[in-house]
Amino acid sequence: MADQDISLMAHLLRRAAFGASREEIEARAAKGYDATVEEFLNPDQQAELGEDLLYRLQPSYYQAAAIEVNVQMWIYRMINNPRQLQEKMSLFWHMIFCAGHSKIDSGFEMGNMIELFRENGMGNFRDLLYKLSTNPGMMYYLDNSESHKVALNENYGRELLELFSLGVGKDEGFNYSEDDVKACARAFTGWNIAPPYPPFPHGRSPWEFRFDPADHDDTEKTFLGETGNWDGDDILDIVCKQPATARFISRHLYNFFVADDVQIPAWRLTPLRDAELIQGMEKAYFDSGYDITAMLRVLFTSESFKSEEVRFAKVKSPAEMVAGTLRLVDDHREIKPGLFELSQEPKYMGMDLMNPPTVEGWHTGREWIDSGTLVERINYASDLLGNTSLPGVQALVGRLMGQGATMSPESFVAGCLDMIGPITVDESTHNELVAHAEKSGELKHGNTAEETEFTRRTGEMFQMIASTAEFQFE
Amino acid sequence: MVSTKKDPVLAVLSLSGGNDGLNTVIPRNNGLYRDSRPTIAIADDQLIPINDDLGFHATMGPLKKYWDEGKLAVFLGIGYPNSSYSHFRSMDIWHTCEPDTQGSEGWLGRVLKDLDPTAENVLTGVNFGRGLPRALAKDGVPVASVGDLETYGLLTGIEGTDQRSEALDVFGRMYSPAIGRGAVMDYIRNTGTDALKGADILATAPSMYTSNVEYSNTSVGQYMKNIAQTHLAGFGTRVLYTTSPYNGFDTHANQAALQAGLWSDVSATVDTFMTDLRDHDASDNVTLLFFSEFGRRIVDNGSGTDHGAAGVAFAVGENVKGGVYGEYPSLELNKQEEGGNLKFNLDFRSVYTTILENWFDLDAKAIIGSSHEKVNFL
Repeated sequence: MADQDISLMAHLLRRAAFGASREEIEARAAKGYDATVEEFLNPDQQAELGEDLLYRLQPSYYQAAAIEVNVQMWIYRMINNPRQLQEKMSLFWHMIFCAGHSKIDSGFEMGNMIELFRENGMGNFRDLLYKLSTNPGMMYYLDNSESHKVALNENYGRELLELFSLGVGKDEGFNYSEDDVKACARAFTGWNIAPPYPPFPHGRSPWEFRFDPADHDDTEKTFLGETGNWDGDDILDIVCKQPATARFISRHLYNFFVADDVQIPAWRLTPLRDAELIQGMEKAYFDSGYDITAMLRVLFTSESFKSEEVRFAKVKSPAEMVAGTLRLVDDHREIKPGLFELSQEPKYMGMDLMNPPTVEGWHTGREWIDSGTLVERINYASDLLGNTSLPGVQALVGRLMGQGATMSPESFVAGCLDMIGPITVDESTHNELVAHAEKSGELKHGNTAEETEFTRRTGEMFQMIASTAEFQFE
Repeated sequence: MVSTKKDPVLAVLSLSGGNDGLNTVIPRNNGLYRDSRPTIAIADDQLIPINDDLGFHATMGPLKKYWDEGKLAVFLGIGYPNSSYSHFRSMDIWHTCEPDTQGSEGWLGRVLKDLDPTAENVLTGVNFGRGLPRALAKDGVPVASVGDLETYGLLTGIEGTDQRSEALDVFGRMYSPAIGRGAVMDYIRNTGTDALKGADILATAPSMYTSNVEYSNTSVGQYMKNIAQTHLAGFGTRVLYTTSPYNGFDTHANQAALQAGLWSDVSATVDTFMTDLRDHDASDNVTLLFFSEFGRRIVDNGSGTDHGAAGVAFAVGENVKGGVYGEYPSLELNKQEEGGNLKFNLDFRSVYTTILENWFDLDAKAIIGSSHEKVNFL
């Protein structure tokens, strides 16, 4: 199989999935790029994770109140859900529609919200926004439960426009006015939750959405130039037909799947990195009647996505680092002890899943990295990739041995870089790795002692590669 | 302004889970206290009186010593308006000083930015424990987060000292600045170089350290030992932070035994820490603050206590003016915070303001975002 097919498939799997084992990369490359994209775009036709078994193995998971249990099972899904793009989209929406446990204080509600993203994240955008706007966790997190006909709280009304749909502005202009925010918030009065917070001192019961007609402002409002007795439902209709919404979602998809863009507050004044691709997604949004999968199809089949230019042009998020490395080394493919500790790792790397720092979410790209998080990332990945007892690592060692009876240091480094990615490193990095390999000379595996040493050196080289700056990208 | 020749240092021990203030500093003559707590009230002959009205929990003997010396400040009724009963949210509020909105920057992150604006010293702030508490978070402020000082560093999974030091040499060269690799790559390489530098320096702390005291073999004990080691090593670290095991103070059930264990550990550890610094003649520029995100319900639940509002906090140090600050909140029904809780009368941001202005000589309002009256414990 051509090397470029493997490279391209590895790229697709790093983005549309949480990476993959070498075996899966090769199998999918044999199947073909377009066929793999179509498979991912139709998760209903893919195998399921097997919820029943999950509940049986982890009974505490069902409606678990503890946030840690929910985070742990989400990491498990990232590693094991055969519907990888669906799982990735649940992370995508969580990073935009931010609500956090620090305020909601219920693992159960947070788990429900992620499930909402998982189930609806590849469907119709208007449906998704409606479900979001009737999600009790979100209504509480953004204070819509505190917004009343006689005492307006603008929080949800504002964030819906600023962060969830239109964005502040595009092409240097502004997308909405302060009057639009007020009209929007008024339309959402009465969209409430039951039973009300706070849960103490009597503990809490699960929330549900409740519309309270008596608390709804039913008077006339002018929103984005249209006048009527709008309620939240009408607002979503108006929001979804705006070109700004098509732009905002397309740009988010680009930023998440293709290449790191500037931070969101700078979008209004910063030109698009790839106007053609983003306009293609905008068109798909309208042509399909707001179908997210149609936009994803444009993205993954575009030449820009496939180009070498955007490979390793994104800094891995902590969730991608954690789940992706585990998929590469083929560990935790079933429920077993140790997952709890691993599920804490994204937090150590600066991404406390289900608990984003604010409604604006995490700052991504280079801002994932600081001296503390870099140490965590490097040690995490190098510990796993250097563990030659893990099945995925063993398989890679076996493949390297299969490349010949002896191996020069140079081809050994090339082989290791290929196995872990294929990953491209700077010439200076490459030279350091080769110089390091040269110190111990040629590699052989003709007898047990040589095999042991070959394995040790491969594990060590994997650790070195996992520690490179290049490995921080995907 | 405190005059001290050496740079002032702040150590913080965060007691995670919501410590029960009522059973820590006990209003021993208040009949309502015993009425409210049929199961877990501390008997009069078991507490340690500190004045006519108050007593420490029986396990806090080691702290009483600093009280007697006039080096321990006790903050009563500490909290903030509209207390949150969520661990996460309330801890966030203590970290960010933003009770009304979700803040992403920590007050100590801002302190570090002010103390070392160009991040010249990668160890100006050090946290002990995995992951950075939001108190220390600020863009552009490097803070080492040390899970275990004895083994802290990069590529710790590589076995064999020679192999690891060889690997670190390669790492150092791979991260050395290269020209024209793109802004993000350059940034990551600089960060990696900083991290390696910080780890190299920190790794020398344990070997430089000798001591006559023994810290308890708990997480609190060991991290406070790490704080002492780092301070004594003289790296120029100004803010040292650690957190007790997550939600350990969340004593909903079996509180009597749990709290006794928690406070005998904290009291003994604080005493060990202070003794250690004194033995090394290094205590004069350190203030230690210990606090929890909220107090607990006035009435017990038959076994423990549920989440409450106002709590207690402490500061100890050679420059601390010992005494009681704030007032004991009333236990009377009509003076309680809604839901059967203690009403706060001392805003934690007043304590922060005092630390910022009287200890660090910084502009407190710029860091906290609002003005608060100082409490003169420093």
